Amino acid sequence: MNGKIYNSANEALADLCHNGMTVMSGGFGLCGIPENLIAALRDSKASELTVISNNAGVDGFGLGQLLETRQIKKMISSYVGENKEFERQYLGGELELEFTPQGTLAERIRAGGAGIPGFYTKTGVGTLIAEGKEHKEFDGEVYVLESALKADLAIIKAWKGDAEGNLIFKATARNFSPMMAMGGTVTVAEVDEIVPVGSLDPNFIHTAGVFVQRIVEAKCEKRIEQLTLRERA
Amino acid sequence: MTQDKSGWTRSEMAARAAQELQDGFYVNLGIGIPTLVANHIPEGVNVTLQSENGMLGMGPFPYEGEQDADLINAGKQTITTLPKSSFFDSATSFAMIRGGHIDLSILGAMEVAENGDIANWMIPGKMVKGMGGAMDLVAGVKRCIALFDHTNKRGESKFLRACTLPLTGQNCIDMVITDLGVFNREDNQSRFRLTELAKGISLDEVRAKTEANVIIE
Repeated sequence: MNGKIYNSANEALADLCHNGMTVMSGGFGLCGIPENLIAALRDSKASELTVISNNAGVDGFGLGQLLETRQIKKMISSYVGENKEFERQYLGGELELEFTPQGTLAERIRAGGAGIPGFYTKTGVGTLIAEGKEHKEFDGEVYVLESALKADLAIIKAWKGDAEGNLIFKATARNFSPMMAMGGTVTVAEVDEIVPVGSLDPNFIHTAGVFVQRIVEAKCEKRIEQLTLRERA
Repeated sequence: MTQDKSGWTRSEMAARAAQELQDGFYVNLGIGIPTLVANHIPEGVNVTLQSENGMLGMGPFPYEGEQDADLINAGKQTITTLPKSSFFDSATSFAMIRGGHIDLSILGAMEVAENGDIANWMIPGKMVKGMGGAMDLVAGVKRCIALFDHTNKRGESKFLRACTLPLTGQNCIDMVITDLGVFNREDNQSRFRLTELAKGISLDEVRAKTEANVIIE
């Protein structure tokens, strides 16, 4: 074993998956999703999962794979509009869903990893999201109390990482992953490239190694959801 | 060019919304018609587009062969960077939005009410998509413009006395732009007033197609 490095996604998750666990999974749409770790979670056959992820993948890809195998009991997400199987299971009462506004979701995950049990936000005041939650006025404006989120396991995708678990992300593939790295009891990162310790400039590390327990290099398909192009003049 | 239809097209609605952009603004454009606003940014007006999945300074769509799966906007479309671009995580992105650092949000709507309420994220029992970042945007951005077709497929007004669908936000819409015209209000205690008619639209048509109690004169 070389520090935190594992040889494969399946090996990295081998002793971490169990029925009923809560999993955070990084990514926005299909951008920055830990494809190989999702596949490993599917292979683990762990079921009754609560999955915290901004989206639910698409049919047959990303978290959509875990919906097909019925391993997910509940999703905590902000937007699931790209997945027909999700809609079918939800409307059929087979799947629980907790909608959380995207910014509130990011902050709940951040809070969970930062030792903050809850926070007040104005997002969602006066909507279904705020029903039954504590409200409080600050400087004449009403805010709603939101609770932190934590997970038994966080699976994330980064661009480059080292054996210490230091990570840098690429472009908009960063999204929820830095907060999820903090929010997972165990965080496993898959990266495009594992580089030698010392080769990442410490000034530009996005996630410090303390938040990452395991790391694996793995190739991703990186499917594009909406290919939009500009005509050449 | 022949005009076979009165009222603004989607592109014309977007062009009208683009006139609300001011030099130096940080702007978030929603999915759908609002995305088209980027095609109509007035000459000499320098705006920075924010995409809530973690980018400031969104560039145009890429040329074929230059697309990058790791570089998308909130509509999951492939995009490019500009020299001024920056990337950040989702918590930072929503600190910008919730914290009042974004000047203007232009977003689509299923319904808007005369009191500035907006609904655009679910139809109970039918459509399950979710609010994405819309609830944060309407709660935190300084000024919000709703851009939508004035009526639904059955010809019924989407600008209502009160929203019938679950709300995205309360009393948060400052301006409404539809295919029929522009409705503005001074502040969130004032009534909306029709301030501009789209081409080929009469006051009577706006009255007939608007359920909301707005000033049309």
